Amino acid sequence: MSDPLIKIEGIAKRFAGRDGAGMTVFEDVHLTVEQGEFVCLIGHSGCGKTTILNILAGLEPSSDGYVFVGGREIRGPSLDRAVIFQSHALMPWLTVAGNIAFAVKSRWPEWDAARVREHCQKYIDLVNLTGAEKKRPAELSGGMKQRVGIARALAIQPKMLLMDEPFSALDALTRGMLQEEVLRICAETHQTVFMITHDVDEAILLADKIVLMTNGPQAQIAEIVVNTLPRSRSRHTVHKEPHYYPIRNHLVDFLVTRSRQFRDERPADYDPKNPPLVTPGKDEPPPAASSGPVRHEKVVNLRH
Amino acid sequence: MKGLQIWGAPLLSIAILLAFLAAWHAATRQEAGAQVVDAEYAKLVGKEAASGKKSAFPTPADVGKKIWGHITDPFYDKGPNDKGIGIQLAYSIARVLAGYLLAALVAIPLGFLIGMSPLVYRAFDPFIQVLKPISPLAWMPLALFTLQDSGVSAIFVIFICSMWPMLINTAFGVAAVRKEWLNVAKTLEVGPVRKAFRVILPAAAPTIMTGMRISIGIAWLVIVAAEMLVGGTGIGYFVWNEWNNLSIANIISGILAIGLVGMVLDLTLARMTKLVTFPE
Repeated sequence: MSDPLIKIEGIAKRFAGRDGAGMTVFEDVHLTVEQGEFVCLIGHSGCGKTTILNILAGLEPSSDGYVFVGGREIRGPSLDRAVIFQSHALMPWLTVAGNIAFAVKSRWPEWDAARVREHCQKYIDLVNLTGAEKKRPAELSGGMKQRVGIARALAIQPKMLLMDEPFSALDALTRGMLQEEVLRICAETHQTVFMITHDVDEAILLADKIVLMTNGPQAQIAEIVVNTLPRSRSRHTVHKEPHYYPIRNHLVDFLVTRSRQFRDERPADYDPKNPPLVTPGKDEPPPAASSGPVRHEKVVNLRH
Repeated sequence: MKGLQIWGAPLLSIAILLAFLAAWHAATRQEAGAQVVDAEYAKLVGKEAASGKKSAFPTPADVGKKIWGHITDPFYDKGPNDKGIGIQLAYSIARVLAGYLLAALVAIPLGFLIGMSPLVYRAFDPFIQVLKPISPLAWMPLALFTLQDSGVSAIFVIFICSMWPMLINTAFGVAAVRKEWLNVAKTLEVGPVRKAFRVILPAAAPTIMTGMRISIGIAWLVIVAAEMLVGGTGIGYFVWNEWNNLSIANIISGILAIGLVGMVLDLTLARMTKLVTFPE
């Protein structure tokens, strides 16, 4: 296998407290993301999910550790890493096409107007916004705004897409539709994605790997769940897959109890540089996940 | 009901105006009275004051006649002390625009710099806080001394008073640009100049325009007072000159013209603010 696209090595975020004693949000976070992989990060609020994404985006410095993209250490934001913001962050004085064109012109300043327009149109069509090009963000629904955000991010053809709870502000129906569309677009473009979510079902539907973070402060990556469901899953059939409930229960279990207890009941062979990979529901768990997680899966399996 | 919604307010406005004119007319009605003063004095002060009439205040009809005269012949020029009201207004508007545009040229770029950096913001803040509340006319003697020209001094006074609302609003608008838009610009690796013109300027434009609207209002208030002081030309001088002529009807015409021009200036800026305002 070639080198991973993203390599996070021991990053941490600390804030100086008022009395001089610092506060550590998370530390010793190691993670790799392969080319074409869809990785979801799940954790409770306060574990520094958004901070990790901002560090990846280059919007925030980490207090410790390094992040490498394509073998190079990142220094600040880059057009290689497009961000889809939770609040869509569209510029209200520009039209849909204008917002996307702003990004395209930033990426390829030498392009002429016709080429920019054609390129924008391609991505407007991709996110099913054809016909809404001339509208201002204020005239769009929440779901349509987020579509523009997705089109803007994809239009600059980034190596990596960073999504910060992109669908959390949307109603359930719109969210489902957009998830399906992201699934389709990622399958078409083989886009590498790093997404933050607190929605277990969203993670199972979209992600190849689901990274579980313990509660902050001093949050860490507890384990990485490998999604064993076939990649051609859809929102309507995903719950019929044999491994769906084991995975889902494992995640819910983690969020409800283990994310809190993890620090006290850390498995003896836990290595933050190499968090255990687990495959809930598979009969033979990989050796890396031999101690802690297995116990839980058995419980889960009994229930189903 | 729909007709009332559309025509109710204008009809009421007209009714208020008519009631006001009627009250004015009743209060200033000509009543021939006996001569109450000495004949010598009567010759000095003129017929009306001597005849014991209730007031030398003109009736609405007198003022109406004067205003009609000004409207039909606004641009006559019969020497330094007798120019048409149109010429006087043009002088005032030219001064206001000159001072105002100069102020905009200084205040908006400076406000941009101040708003971009919290450090510069804090450094400039004490100066702005001290200079802002100074009455523009307090600058007049200093301006007259240093600039040595009454016309230029009037423009300077407009400049200095238009400055602060524009400066403060620009700095505030620039400093308050939403972080998410700046983050978008950052992740797109947008250069500083492009960021200033394509992100910060449109985002801050409504706030800047509000400052410009406040400024033009203040400038128009101040020019009248400034022209009363420096004299020569302008609508402020016109009003003061008519006070010296004791022509109350002309003073009222002048006051009305000041109000109308001020309204037009304000409406123009309001319209421009609307153009750059975006709904969210």
